[in-house]
Amino acid sequence: MEFLQPTSWREALEMKTARAEALPIAGGTDVLVDLNFDRHRPEVILDLNRVAELSEWQPANGRLRVGAGVSYSRIITELGQRLPGLAMASRSVGSPQIRNRGTVGGNLGSASPAGDAHPALLAAGASIEVTSLRGSREIPVDEFFLGPKRNALKPDELIAGFWLRPAPGPQQFAKVGTRNAMVIAVCSFGLALDPEQQTVGTGIGSAGPTPLRAGEAERFLAEALGEGDHWRSGQPLPESARERFGELVARAARPIDDVRGTAAYRRRALAVLARRTFAWAWQEYTAQ
Amino acid sequence: MRISCRVNGEVREADQVWPGESLLWFLRERLGLPGAKNACEQGECGSCSIYLEGNLVCACLVLAGQAQNRDIVTVEGLAEPGALHPIQAAFLETGAVQCGFCTPGLIVATHDLLRRNPEPSDAQIKEALAGNLCRCTGYAKIIAAVHLAAGRLVSAP
Repeated sequence: MEFLQPTSWREALEMKTARAEALPIAGGTDVLVDLNFDRHRPEVILDLNRVAELSEWQPANGRLRVGAGVSYSRIITELGQRLPGLAMASRSVGSPQIRNRGTVGGNLGSASPAGDAHPALLAAGASIEVTSLRGSREIPVDEFFLGPKRNALKPDELIAGFWLRPAPGPQQFAKVGTRNAMVIAVCSFGLALDPEQQTVGTGIGSAGPTPLRAGEAERFLAEALGEGDHWRSGQPLPESARERFGELVARAARPIDDVRGTAAYRRRALAVLARRTFAWAWQEYTAQ
Repeated sequence: MRISCRVNGEVREADQVWPGESLLWFLRERLGLPGAKNACEQGECGSCSIYLEGNLVCACLVLAGQAQNRDIVTVEGLAEPGALHPIQAAFLETGAVQCGFCTPGLIVATHDLLRRNPEPSDAQIKEALAGNLCRCTGYAKIIAAVHLAAGRLVSAP
């Protein structure tokens, strides 16, 4: 096994081009588990911790650009106001020890259907910046996940960071697990309301081969809020519409039975999470 | 490969480190610092909690190579040799130590909590120690120990 430790982004990209098989490692909270249990023995490890650019974030053109190496702890403390949905998801990651090391870039690289950041990124309409020596491109997050633990990266590309608008409205995240800490989600759900555009964003976690958006549910809820003039009046949505939103989210999921839960349970729980997160988000919206 | 880092204030080195080796293995087997315990090796139990560059981390989830030239503090470095840190004393006095395997990780995690939040509530303690498992299930005593240590550290800094 070889260990590569670039100290600049340029050097990291050169190494990835020269050694496409290299496995990038950021916080190590996924990679080390595989190494410790000898499940995977990569030929080359590419440690990105010394690339300072990756752990920076800054506002740019009305959006935020967050480097792939910013830890969950820093997202919570430094970006909690601007990216509330992602910060909520980050608080549900592992434990303080894991949040201090784990990164959204690593979550995206692992591309687990259960990754906690993914529903929040989907709901908020994030895009992922990936780079190689050939250049950079932005991939909408709903096109980034291709299958279980597979993403849209080309062999010479690295995840540079992600782009998000500072939240224009309430955002929520909820996760089902056996305890509050240290759980891989049985299922999870992210919701983002955009009162400016009068749109709704959703993200479903751990209930399909990839993290998923519930497109029909998004359109239904946005229409229901628009038709009843709810954005302006702040009046609550009728019970039937809230139920329908939950049903549409459950229907968008493509869950399986596995050790953490059954497909039927996941669908049922997602309908509850969708209604519940909307109730919280609407409460926040009308309280403003 | 050769790894050099500062551990508990002292520069330590080891040769022929396997690139896939965890920092936990490096500390215990190469440097002879057995305080951080090797239990789950997947970040679930917190028994290997240490400081890396001032951040509380699981040493089992860090590659030794990632610690190159970095600053590390283990449970061995919290107090002067032969002395107990007030947190360690509080754990002993309260009966928060049963089999003792989880204790070093809990001591370091408690240390991290109290330097950020000198007077934590029960809920804050549970949240901060959520990544540290005690399978003797002595949590009530552990929480009592954190309160005792907090009180002493606040009144006599």
